[in-house]
Amino acid sequence: MSAPADVGHVRAGVLPAEGSRLRWALTDAATLTGRYLAHLRHQPAELAGAIGFPILLVLMFAFLLGGMMAVPGGGDYRQALLPGLFTMTMLFGLSATMVAVVTDAQRGITDRFRSMPMAPSAVLVGRAAADMVTSAITLGALLLVGLAVGWRPSGGPAAFVAAVGLLLLLRFALLWVGIYLGLLVRSPGAVTAVQTLEFPFGFLSGLFVAPATMPLVVGAVAEWNPLSSTAAATRALFGNPGWGGDSWVAQHPVLMAVVWPLVIVAVFAPLSVHRYREMSR
Amino acid sequence: MTPAVTAEAIRKRYPGSGALALDGFDLSVPPGTVHGLLGPNGAGKTTAIRILTTLLRADSGRATIAGFDVGTQAAHVRRQIGLVGQYAAVDEILDGRRNLVMFGRLFHLSPAGARSRADELLERFGLTGAAGRSVGRYSGGMRRRLDLAVSMILAPAVLFLDEPTTGLDPRGRAEVWDAVRALVAGGTTVLLTTQYLDEADQLADRISVLAHMGEVGGRVIAEGTPDELRSRVGGDRIDLVVHHPADLPAAAGLVRRVTGSEPEVDAATRRVAAPVGDRMAALAAMVHGLREEGIDAEDLTVRRPTLDEVFLQLTGAPTVEVAA
Ligand SMILES: Nc1ncnc2c1ncn2[C@@H]1O[C@H](COP(=O)(O)OP(=O)(O)O)[C@@H](O)[C@H]1O
Ligand SMILES: [Mg+2]
Repeated sequence: MSAPADVGHVRAGVLPAEGSRLRWALTDAATLTGRYLAHLRHQPAELAGAIGFPILLVLMFAFLLGGMMAVPGGGDYRQALLPGLFTMTMLFGLSATMVAVVTDAQRGITDRFRSMPMAPSAVLVGRAAADMVTSAITLGALLLVGLAVGWRPSGGPAAFVAAVGLLLLLRFALLWVGIYLGLLVRSPGAVTAVQTLEFPFGFLSGLFVAPATMPLVVGAVAEWNPLSSTAAATRALFGNPGWGGDSWVAQHPVLMAVVWPLVIVAVFAPLSVHRYREMSR
Repeated sequence: MTPAVTAEAIRKRYPGSGALALDGFDLSVPPGTVHGLLGPNGAGKTTAIRILTTLLRADSGRATIAGFDVGTQAAHVRRQIGLVGQYAAVDEILDGRRNLVMFGRLFHLSPAGARSRADELLERFGLTGAAGRSVGRYSGGMRRRLDLAVSMILAPAVLFLDEPTTGLDPRGRAEVWDAVRALVAGGTTVLLTTQYLDEADQLADRISVLAHMGEVGGRVIAEGTPDELRSRVGGDRIDLVVHHPADLPAAAGLVRRVTGSEPEVDAATRRVAAPVGDRMAALAAMVHGLREEGIDAEDLTVRRPTLDEVFLQLTGAPTVEVAA
């Protein structure tokens, strides 16, 4: 270590390159997005796991379970299955986001950020942006695997893009739930609980079977599950067979696949920012 | 001159917890000095640091950093402070250099500025050789130094260090101490918490002793320079253990002459002990005296009072470990 005076003289309060708040919020968010993406490069195994698990599900459903299931009114089950699995993968992103948020909080990094002169939104937006990148990569890989196992979208390019957009919109909404829960809990045990709950939440929907085949009340809950709307909307847009259904929500899948995520964001994004600012205050 | 840090009658109770974590916490730190917050586990040190760094809101009381109120002017406060928390808050996955560049960017240095500042700090903190290594593979001391380097990117006016050397080996502690001294030489005010009396002694200009007393929550039970505190609790002690019980009277006589006070003699452990003023002179005189008088000594030590002894003196009760 060299002479003490070299370490730096007090110049706090004078932040270099003063600029508009918004510009700094965006710059900070971009810096943090870069941080999370660098994590992916340094931990390729984690990304491989995040992509590999849904691929495994596709193979299991397509080759092991799919043979037993049928689409009411006819149709190839595998064609209906894949949009459900895409949607399920978006759901898994929730706990992935939560794990990342809890890890930063436990390592004290979140506190360091909070003690710095940074826009609170930057940390959360950085997280969100990075998760969207990861999810887009995962979804891309999954679409290819789907094609490889015989899934055939037939709705045309515009509808295809719209379906992918709806899937990512759902992911975007759920990541705010993940951020909020990650800021809320204190123990890694809670993460496991959320990961475990993702499965029943995913199955209590129209992702894999038609809600009409479920007991009455359960079926109604499943139809109103936001995942059902995204799955039904993407099936329609991909030109895949779906479950149909007589209820209002089943009749308006594309509308609800937009409304549900917007409602979730409107609730959980402000909650997250508030929680981040006030965390344990 | 505006004090760098003030706290007045801070109270804090964690939701769902019965006892007050802080109960009337007071503090005043002049600029350019090092202040030690000394206390056992659970005394409320981290709570105090978190309140002063705007991470936690006090239930009542007032605190300022460089004149800015931590409750109502948090954004201003954050421009004045650096925080090195109890657990090194650096990115484990990235390498040391990328950590510094990233935080430099978050402190709004230009990309080039962040890079050159990173190289500067790596050099100053002796981390250049490890700059490209993932922080997950750093030693505890290296991680702490990187943590310090991050908090020095913009050389803050006030730096908070929460138990900066807990869990480090002696070499790691020495490295951190050197780094802290270097920061202070640059004009930074430092508030550091520690469980170690000798650490506060080594680094701090003044020390506040924080403790829970009985039903009362954490508060400062003594404040002063290390010397003032030591004179309150009695200074160093000399311990002499002899081989043969027959030597005890001669040994007691020697200790009495050297220390000028009446020694305690414990026949069972063949130990003679007394408080001592000038520790090094006393040690030299003891070694000389033992040889002169042909006393066969088994052990001779001069030691500082332990933290437990300090607390025993200040509170009249042994330290109570509160689960953190
Ligand atoms: N998040 C928390 N929730 C409830 N109690 C807490 C929390 N953090 C600390 N405490 C309690 O507050 C007291 C002071 O803790 P802390 O400030 O961490 O002490 P120190 O840093 O001196 O070890 C302890 O009794 C501890 O158990
Ligand atoms: Mg602590």
